[in-house]
Amino acid sequence: MNNLPTDNLSGYLDMDLLRFTTAGSVDDGKSTLIGRLLYDSKSIFEDQMEAIERASQKKGEEHVNLALLTDGLRAEREQGITIDVAYRYFATPKRKFIIADTPGHIQYTRNMVTGASTANLAIILVDARKGIVEQTCRHSFIASLLQIPHIVYCINKMDLVDYDKDTFFRIKKELEDFSAKLDVRDINFIPISALNGDNVVDRSTKMNWYDGQTLMYLLENVHIAGDYNHIDARFPVQYVVRPMTTEHHDYRGYAGRVASGVLRVGDDITVLPSGFESKIKSIDTSTGMLEEAFAPMSVCLTLEDEIDISRGDMIVRRNNLPEQSQDVEAMVCWFTERPLQTGGKYAIKHTSKDVRCMIKDIRYKMDINTLHRNEEDKNIKMNDIARVVLRTTAPLFTDKYHRNRFTGSFILIDEGTNETVGAGMII
Amino acid sequence: MAGYHLTHLRELEAESIYVLREVAAQFENPALLFSGGKDSIVCFHLAQKAFWPAKIPFTLVHIDTGHNFQETLDFRDELVKKNNVNLIVGSVQESIDAGKATEEKGINASRNALQTVTLLDTIEKYKFDAAIGGARRDEEKARAKERFFSHRDEFGQWDPKNQRPELWNLFNGKKNIGEHFRVFPISNWTEMDVWQYILQENIEIPSIYFTHERDCFVRDGVIYAHSSFMQLKPTEKVERRTVRFRTIGDMTCTGAVVSEASTLSQIIEEVASTRVTERGSRIDDKRSEAAMEDRKKAGYF
Repeated sequence: MNNLPTDNLSGYLDMDLLRFTTAGSVDDGKSTLIGRLLYDSKSIFEDQMEAIERASQKKGEEHVNLALLTDGLRAEREQGITIDVAYRYFATPKRKFIIADTPGHIQYTRNMVTGASTANLAIILVDARKGIVEQTCRHSFIASLLQIPHIVYCINKMDLVDYDKDTFFRIKKELEDFSAKLDVRDINFIPISALNGDNVVDRSTKMNWYDGQTLMYLLENVHIAGDYNHIDARFPVQYVVRPMTTEHHDYRGYAGRVASGVLRVGDDITVLPSGFESKIKSIDTSTGMLEEAFAPMSVCLTLEDEIDISRGDMIVRRNNLPEQSQDVEAMVCWFTERPLQTGGKYAIKHTSKDVRCMIKDIRYKMDINTLHRNEEDKNIKMNDIARVVLRTTAPLFTDKYHRNRFTGSFILIDEGTNETVGAGMII
Repeated sequence: MAGYHLTHLRELEAESIYVLREVAAQFENPALLFSGGKDSIVCFHLAQKAFWPAKIPFTLVHIDTGHNFQETLDFRDELVKKNNVNLIVGSVQESIDAGKATEEKGINASRNALQTVTLLDTIEKYKFDAAIGGARRDEEKARAKERFFSHRDEFGQWDPKNQRPELWNLFNGKKNIGEHFRVFPISNWTEMDVWQYILQENIEIPSIYFTHERDCFVRDGVIYAHSSFMQLKPTEKVERRTVRFRTIGDMTCTGAVVSEASTLSQIIEEVASTRVTERGSRIDDKRSEAAMEDRKKAGYF
């Protein structure tokens, strides 16, 4: 990481954070691209490089296999595949990056969904020789379903099509037509060769017809401050802080992470589900009081009035309330071997609230390769995505996932095995 | 809506505080594993922030190999005294004396792997249902697959191929009796983030992270501190050198780096220009390509 500004230490303290996801299969160049980003940003250390050189030689491979950097588990290295989500880190003088590197195969849809859930940006690789394939549709749909704010299509292996301009623009047009069917806010297209490094970190000299940005420039400069919802004030109470010491005898603070919006001292608030009203008295941190707090800050609120509030309650601004309902309609991605069933009962975790629910109806199963809605097939197996209706044992305070990723999402838990069996996005 | 923007350190801090509060909310008897190294010090600092003005709702647990740097132990005791927290020390020596763990033989013998026995015994003895650790995903490739909330079966084992998916910020800490969780609040931090944060927050750390003179010897290219815990080979000789430690573990498996860095800023400069990972000086990872994965499956930190 020796390209960080060593002469300007304050520079370190002023970087921001971008989380992105990459999905891909064995031969579309995903590992090469990640390796390239890490290598060209000087984030691969000598001992890591030596270790993968040794491992590549041992396997009898001709080139240093950069995929070995990301495949961390023994089973993954043995089979040459990525099974799980792997997190990778690198930084440039402008930003710190977290890569959620996920497998691209349909049997790993759940891993892609997991990686996508926290991402600001998705990189989707398209082989320039093949154009749009089934996998492109699948990855695009998942990015749109999980509401990743920025999508970057990297048209890769441009070296294998002689860096041909028409090929790039033809694929770009196809992708534009296709993505019009999806719900995506910001789409970008970049012609690259991950193998040779064209337009990854350095501008390609072989594609002078392309005057857009390189991938690294885009990653460093894409505007992410607007990715959080700063409009609807939502504060799920996570933990009640009660010191019960002489100094803070009557202190009662409500700790949590601002899910969305901005909270200010003096704001008129309502507590859900009780409906009690009060004002924010203070926003506390250990280093002093704040005037305002916004997503995704972790703070501790105190209120003007003594109200009974516990974990699972939500503090909101009085003039902007979420939905309060026991009937929830959502897209659900299923994670486990035992199928999702109408009438099935599960524990549900939504913000800091734990309740139980029953599946009332399965509306349709989504074919994530063709975006076809199948209303006949209600057999929801592992990695399937379906639209379902649930009834919860107590009201949830929700916003549509499209508007709010934190109050619009939930997970389902099998009460017999304690496993996380599904992820839901509220419609 | 510009202006509502956090720096990377503030965003990481907010995420870690959120995770620590989830632990307090979801578990009945959580422990904070505290080694006296920088990562566990940062976790302790974050926990203080998460529950201020209340005391941290965690018991500190140190698994002591008996081969620790005295400076680290002094630092630990000072921190416990100053902050009035509970500390439990699990002793590897006691596990050996009780016949539960067997000392390794040979010149490179280390008690590092034996810590697992003592750790699991301590968790069982005090009925901890969650153990918070300062492991980071950037440290090692098996750790890159680790969850924030990592489930352990009744034998304390990790099953990397059957982990619970973690989406958004929803953490599933449900478990059966006898099982526990390992929780890693600084999963998303890098070595550089940790140092930057220590600088930003002005956090105290043990003196051996800074340059000092020490009796050392070199084995297989690694500079070791000379101590009564390690037998010298006839060809190895002790030299006085100017060194510091980039990571602090058991003395038998922690290598020093030659360094003049005496301030946090100088350490950050050094970390920024170094070409070797911090675990490059950790001999415990070098035993095989999957050394960390194997130890973690058995219940290691």
